[in-house]
Amino acid sequence: MTLAPVRGTRQEHIMNGFDFTLCGARLMALGSGALWWAEHRLLCVSDLHLGKAERIARRGGTHLPPYETRDTLTRLQDALEATGARQVICLGDSFDDDASARALASEDKLWITRLMAGRTWVWIEGNHDPGPVELGGSHLAQMELGPLTFRHIAQDAATGEVSGHYHPKARLRGGSRPAFLLDQRRLILPAFGTYTGGLRSQAPVLNSLMDSKALAILTGPTALPIPMPR
Amino acid sequence: MGKLLRKTFSKFCAFPYKDNMKDLPTPFHDWFATKGWSIHPHQQAMLERADDPATLLIAPTGGGKTMAGFLPTLAELADGHHDGLHTLYVSPLKALAADIKRNLRTPVEEMGLPIRIDDRTGDTPQSRKKRQRADPPHILLTTPESLALLTSYEDAARTFKGLRRVVVDEIHALAESKRGDQLMLALARLQSLCPDLRRVGLSATVEDPEAIAHFLARHPDPCPILLADPGPAPDIQMLETAQAPPWAGGGAAYAIPAVMQQIKAHRTTLIFHNTRAQAEIFFHNLWLANDDALPIGIHHGSLDRVQRERVEGAMVRGDLRAIVCTGSLDLGIDWGDVDLVIQIGAPKNVKRLVQRIGRANHRYNAPSKALLVPANRFEVVECRAALEAAQAGDLDGDPRGAGPRDVLCQHILIAACAGPFDAGDLYCEMITSGAYATLTRPQFDACLDFCATGGYALKAYDQWQRLLQRPDGQWQLRDPRAAARIRMNLGTIQDSDKLKVRLKRSRGGKPLGEVEEAFAASLTPGDTFLIGGQTVRYESLREMTVEVTRQPGRKPKIATFSGTKFATSTQLSARILEMLKQDAWPELPPHTADWLQLQRRVSQMPRAGRLLIESFPHDGRAHSCIYGFAGRNAQQTLGLLLTKRMEDLGLDPLGFVSTDYATLIWSLEEIREPAPLFDLDTLRDGLDGWLAGNAVMKRAFRGAATIAGLIERNTGGQRKSGRQATFSSDILYDTLRKYDPNHLMLDITREEALRGLVDFGRIEEMLTRINGRIDLRRLERITPLAAPLLLEMGKVPVKGAGVEKLMQQEAEALMQASGLAGLSG
Repeated sequence: MTLAPVRGTRQEHIMNGFDFTLCGARLMALGSGALWWAEHRLLCVSDLHLGKAERIARRGGTHLPPYETRDTLTRLQDALEATGARQVICLGDSFDDDASARALASEDKLWITRLMAGRTWVWIEGNHDPGPVELGGSHLAQMELGPLTFRHIAQDAATGEVSGHYHPKARLRGGSRPAFLLDQRRLILPAFGTYTGGLRSQAPVLNSLMDSKALAILTGPTALPIPMPR
Repeated sequence: MGKLLRKTFSKFCAFPYKDNMKDLPTPFHDWFATKGWSIHPHQQAMLERADDPATLLIAPTGGGKTMAGFLPTLAELADGHHDGLHTLYVSPLKALAADIKRNLRTPVEEMGLPIRIDDRTGDTPQSRKKRQRADPPHILLTTPESLALLTSYEDAARTFKGLRRVVVDEIHALAESKRGDQLMLALARLQSLCPDLRRVGLSATVEDPEAIAHFLARHPDPCPILLADPGPAPDIQMLETAQAPPWAGGGAAYAIPAVMQQIKAHRTTLIFHNTRAQAEIFFHNLWLANDDALPIGIHHGSLDRVQRERVEGAMVRGDLRAIVCTGSLDLGIDWGDVDLVIQIGAPKNVKRLVQRIGRANHRYNAPSKALLVPANRFEVVECRAALEAAQAGDLDGDPRGAGPRDVLCQHILIAACAGPFDAGDLYCEMITSGAYATLTRPQFDACLDFCATGGYALKAYDQWQRLLQRPDGQWQLRDPRAAARIRMNLGTIQDSDKLKVRLKRSRGGKPLGEVEEAFAASLTPGDTFLIGGQTVRYESLREMTVEVTRQPGRKPKIATFSGTKFATSTQLSARILEMLKQDAWPELPPHTADWLQLQRRVSQMPRAGRLLIESFPHDGRAHSCIYGFAGRNAQQTLGLLLTKRMEDLGLDPLGFVSTDYATLIWSLEEIREPAPLFDLDTLRDGLDGWLAGNAVMKRAFRGAATIAGLIERNTGGQRKSGRQATFSSDILYDTLRKYDPNHLMLDITREEALRGLVDFGRIEEMLTRINGRIDLRRLERITPLAAPLLLEMGKVPVKGAGVEKLMQQEAEALMQASGLAGLSG
């Protein structure tokens, strides 16, 4: 077991990032796990899984600390304020399921409405939340903007694709962190939600999606690009 | 004759047959007479006290304890009038339950007694388990977990109807663990179902029999203690070696030739180690030196069950000359032919040493023979102190404190599985268990609220409560189907996530054992490590199985298990400090005595009532050695807390290393004013604030949260189906600290931190002992006592703000090396 001191959490760092170009679009992978597209003042987050604790309890599981929605929204708000985003894309699995979207506490709904106010807001469909919600915004299966296509699950032959779904993570110096996966054709976002685990970048499905020169960009106090561990 | 017979009945041989078995029915007289056997005084005493509500028998290993526990049961059942379950036997080991069943049957059959005996453990087939609930045997042999499961069924009252006696074997081991707490809560339940239930505890020699008696009996019932003749004093010595032990380390490789000599000179030798890693390395070295190819085996808890059983079988048959082992052989089946026990490394704890020594020579009147092998120079002192304590019968042990509340939460859930319950009744039942006697009603209610609603400041689960209160005031599961999930997560054994290790073959190779997931994650293909005494090469990770190939002859690269490291007990540490006070040490070998004299000359000896801190430059850095004698875990915690304080004070600490007796810190600036560093309140703030984010605390949280039912155990299926579905318990811990800092689970985690891995209790004990008396010795060079610490493994770098910088450097290096650096951006 490692007893090494650990300081700082990923919540505390927002506006550090790693700049890159994907199919001509200049993007920045933020240490918070959000994607920033300055040209469109667009912030994209994936897999918020709001209401996860409620869903687990509803389905007969245990009572996890019911604060993950609050924590996720706090970090989302921080990212919005730090970037001054005018457009937001939530890349699917924003709610753990439709019922958890409905079951959201009224102050949390109000909070989301407040975040949405004055911004163009797009909910992309995920596999967990096919058809949300009374919250407003646009609801799309996928969205195209400039050279990029935003959808929840990556498609084999796609180019200029930004997706989520897999919750990728990667390991460096013995520690594992949520990570963006990037190659010439596509970008896969890490999960932004507080109660989300990760899939190691070595997983066969990620290996077959990403080309041999892919990068993993670790989230955290600083966004750190490394060759994707395979 | 089976093992149990060797274990129990052969002891009668010491007493020629005489007719002293007044309370025994005729078949027993006849049978004993045929065998020409007689009965031990303490076995007779157990028969006489058969009607007492609780009895604790303390007897040395090999004293016929188990038979003493069972004789009253056999006598009561002999007439065939009892219907249903009569006696429940609980032991910490599955193997023991199975073994005793096998061997108890022999006398029962030979005497023609109408007694049905069966065992029930995790290995028992479902069909047989079902039958046992409907039609229980007279004697059921089981483990704490299987018993807890039995009490969780709705038909528990029927299963246990008529139960008269419960026999708890190896109770000294259970009394130290949460398994024991769970067992005693289950017995409280059984006592409500069967008010006349009588309890018997069987214990090895312990330092505080009263504590075990308190643990066993229904509170506040009295519990008389029966002390069997402890037998002759053991013959304990230090192993003499041609070569002096090294200055640091724990392998004791220097002693291999001398140990080999001893193996040759004895029939069967048990070689105990404190950790699995050390056992593996020692076995490896022993095997290299085994020129005569003597049959030598290895046995520890991470080996595959089949492998372990093979070694046990060979041992029972007398095929092995030596077994290299760990605590996995502390308990259980007696090996009748062992004539020497060797303890490698300081025993850390006198009680465990005495119990291990008891594993040798189980003939009742022969002294056990044992040799201690210090692994390094300081352990020479420690072994000597332990040896003297063992000879004086001065055993150690820390009082355990109140029963842990995570186990209590689980018990509430188990009660709910069995059917609706009244909270007041359940509370009254629980406080009849000694460990929970001081539990207050508000504490209980907080646990009940946790089980029912999660117990959060934010009331989020009103609609999905786990337990509901009915209009009549009884509590029940909201959804009866939840019972199955609760049962799946039952138990208190902490298994950190383990991965199976197999030989790589096309169709699933031979299983070798298990390694911790964290260890597996640190491997890269080509790394070699030891498991089960062989060197293997890591090939790949497939479906949560570590695949390896054999690499004979290659020197292993990495030690295998992080494992538990025992800390030297408070009492043994005190004894060592006492020894250091002496003017001279004629009882120690000259190499060690001279070393201590030199320390006294150039600096001073650490003393019990003061804290010695030595400060000296070495290798261009300031070094401070703090002789707290608080045990390894507490010294490690102290290192973490002190370096954090030093960082705040601008002393730029760079790293530290800890042993059982000292912590050595290196830094850019030297410590000139130590007193503020050792302020108890400040250290406690450090524990609550900064250390709370440490991995050790997260591990304590995970353990407690799993037992309490907040986290469900990973089952194989879930893990295979994709890791993104599950997330780390660390996230739950961080979230709770941030949003609900007064939550019950954090309170329990803090309580755990006082003992075990964080062991803050020992730091408090040390600070009380020194009471502000700190001796700072500023010296020009490293001192004799401090020098070995520089050679210790397990140095902890203080990363501070530097951790991100190190990661950045490594990331850049990787990018450069792979040629990807210019790709994007």
